[in-house]
Amino acid sequence: MTTRRIRGAAAAMAMAGAVAACSAPGGGGEDGGASAASVVIGVPSEPDTLSPLLGYGKDGNSKIFDGLLARDAAMELKPALAKALPEVTDGGRTYTYTLREGVRFSDGEPLTADDVVFTYRTVLDDRTNNTARSELDVIDEVRAEGDGKVVFTLDHPYAAFAARTVLPIVPEHVAGGQDPNTGSFNTKPVGTGPYVLTGWSKGEKLTFKANPDYWGGAPKVKKLTMAIIADDDVRATRLRSGDLDGATLPPNLAATFKGDDDKKTYRATSYDFRAVTLPTGDPVTGDTAIRRALDLAVDREAMVDKILDGAGRPAYGPLPVDDPWFADGIERPRDLAEAGRILDAAGWKPGKDGVRAKANRPARFTLYYPSGDKVRQDHALAYASDAKEAGIDVRVESATWEVIEPRMKHDAVLAGFGSTGDPDFGLYTLLHSSLAGDGFNNMARYDNPAVDRALDTGRRAQDAKAREAAYDTLQRELVKNPGYTVLTHIDHLYVLADRWEGLTTQTEPHEHGFASGPWWNAEDWQPRA
Amino acid sequence: MARLTARRALFAVPVLLVVTFGVFAVAAASPFDPVKAYAGTAALGADQETLDRLRDNLGVDRPFAVRWWDWLTSALGGDFGRSTVMRQPVAEVIGERLVWSTLLCAVAFAAAVLLGTLLGVLAARRPGSLLDRTVTSLAYSLEAAPVFWIALLAIWLFALNLDVLPAGGLTDTGSDHVTAGQVVSHLVLPAGVLAVSQLPWFILYVRQGVGDALAEDPVRGARARGLAERTVLLGHALRSGLLPVLTLIGSRVPELITGALLVETVFSWPGIAAATVEAATAVDFPLLAALTTLATAAVLAGNLLADLLYGLIDPRVKLNEM
Repeated sequence: MTTRRIRGAAAAMAMAGAVAACSAPGGGGEDGGASAASVVIGVPSEPDTLSPLLGYGKDGNSKIFDGLLARDAAMELKPALAKALPEVTDGGRTYTYTLREGVRFSDGEPLTADDVVFTYRTVLDDRTNNTARSELDVIDEVRAEGDGKVVFTLDHPYAAFAARTVLPIVPEHVAGGQDPNTGSFNTKPVGTGPYVLTGWSKGEKLTFKANPDYWGGAPKVKKLTMAIIADDDVRATRLRSGDLDGATLPPNLAATFKGDDDKKTYRATSYDFRAVTLPTGDPVTGDTAIRRALDLAVDREAMVDKILDGAGRPAYGPLPVDDPWFADGIERPRDLAEAGRILDAAGWKPGKDGVRAKANRPARFTLYYPSGDKVRQDHALAYASDAKEAGIDVRVESATWEVIEPRMKHDAVLAGFGSTGDPDFGLYTLLHSSLAGDGFNNMARYDNPAVDRALDTGRRAQDAKAREAAYDTLQRELVKNPGYTVLTHIDHLYVLADRWEGLTTQTEPHEHGFASGPWWNAEDWQPRA
Repeated sequence: MARLTARRALFAVPVLLVVTFGVFAVAAASPFDPVKAYAGTAALGADQETLDRLRDNLGVDRPFAVRWWDWLTSALGGDFGRSTVMRQPVAEVIGERLVWSTLLCAVAFAAAVLLGTLLGVLAARRPGSLLDRTVTSLAYSLEAAPVFWIALLAIWLFALNLDVLPAGGLTDTGSDHVTAGQVVSHLVLPAGVLAVSQLPWFILYVRQGVGDALAEDPVRGARARGLAERTVLLGHALRSGLLPVLTLIGSRVPELITGALLVETVFSWPGIAAATVEAATAVDFPLLAALTTLATAAVLAGNLLADLLYGLIDPRVKLNEM
């Protein structure tokens, strides 16, 4: 699969000479030319705020800020504002970080342990409108030990905690005196990161300049502009006219740049999956036989090829097939015959109209997708037509989230999730029965004691082997009773001017564009010689 | 004149009160959930506790009449509250954006009035001529064309095919300084489109007014005395022919504001339009109320201006009787 794609890309590169790129000078101004020291990127949406206290950059790569830890290209944790990975003591309940010395905020003030404590305490404060606070709920106490050490005490041992400490650190002397919800820090942030914000014209663009005193060394890319262009076609057009150097694009538009020899396409794999929630409370979707039949009836390969233009991978569970935690051997091909046998055995008999029924109840349910999302719409329609072949009638409807939310208990939803960093982050909120129907957590109200046990072990065990075994068990349990029909993992595509050496992409979460893409580490880019 | 202005200002007070109250009532009745709008995509992964806490912090469950009263009393004290969706004080949101919207509207409006008058007069000079027929049919077709469609057409033609004008934004994407030259080049398309969308009204009104005036006795008398065509046109016909246009100026303001909303959205112009749309869908009471107040005030001011001009120019109208 991948090799075929690489070969296809190579062939496209070889044909590059055949197509003349439109090289009209875009409105790039005198410095918008092909200099490797500046880059202009088009992204579909902008952050609501640039304050980490409200959730900006909580998964890393925030450009303006650094966390205690960061992630490298392979998504491994590495020290950032901390000198080293944390010291874990007290059976996994105490994490001690030693700060790097000599780090200063871009306004010249030194970073101290108090800044770290202030950041975490403000995020955890009830009055702060941070939407992701529950990710740090495990923290019982955070305190400074002198200027150079920060100690976190947790409620319970939590193996994945270190991965949460990529949260950006803010300066107390700037953000401390104002309301975190509406203060000026939301639009005029100050951090220790490789870039400094120079302007934010909301809805239009954000501009950054390199921080010459960055503790990691001054970036070679001196100027970074993020242009906010919601419309995919407009973004592609402005990229073609030279107004932009790079952009995130859907697969069909990214393909139009194949013949461009001064641009490169980057494909980032992701944890971003599309799945159908099968509510446990509904007599049809809550029936294990129906769930297993649907899981076997869907043609995942066809969805990747037809809906995603090949820019994705079939998903056999919440974790992608190339994830180190993926349970080997759970891939399963489409098998309509087996789906039929499972339904027959469970008493779902074919009816006159081709829809199976059991005890006079037709195998029928409604599947909602959020209106306006074409990718989800296509998935929903493909799912319904696959299910029909197995004798299950899925009625597809579109609605806004305001309409969908009250119905999540009984009707299926074409949902999208995916968190990077640790299997616990995505799986616990998706599957644990204690979170059934808790806001948007565990939307299917999945309830499986074996899975709950595996989740708890994976969360608390300090031993990597024990965690691995737990997540392996969990994925196999999901095959036996799939409360979600996971369909595809979506690749994210980026097209970027070819002026730098050896760019990489990380494995990306559900959210993407601003912090991910090949510019996840723009501060490390090296101009082509 | 001063009395008229003062009377109108007094009358504006209850209007503004009713309008802002209406905004709060409609927003409260809308199906949008302010908490979800606030949290954005993060809400789709949030737990109930977080959603409840936000609901509590944002105070969205308080009765809208109470919230309106709170907003009103602090607004009278000069504090317009804080915008939840923009994470900024409302005054700051408006301060950052109003200048660009005003610039856009003023340029477009001036262009529409001047061009409309010119074309209208040309069409009226020879009713039924080729020029008249062309201008009139153009005006009617523009009248029917939705402004966002014209905007997209203009982008397609001038930005994509001819590549002579930028497709959007306030300045070039790669620059982080706002310079006059850049703003001017970026202003041409949005202001042009907005002007074109307002044009038909002025053309048709002027044509009608001037056409009627040309047929009036004083004008025919002037022509009979052998006065130059220019004098006749400018001195006699235009003066009475333009009177209807003055009334039009006031009544076009609301239309101009809605037009600006669409144009700003299409051209990513960083004015208050984008903020208005966001405020409305996010049920951001303070911002929405402030913006509505602004829009209402603009409409009232436009009407007042039209009446004042009318009183000044038309000798038959006495201001102190209005």
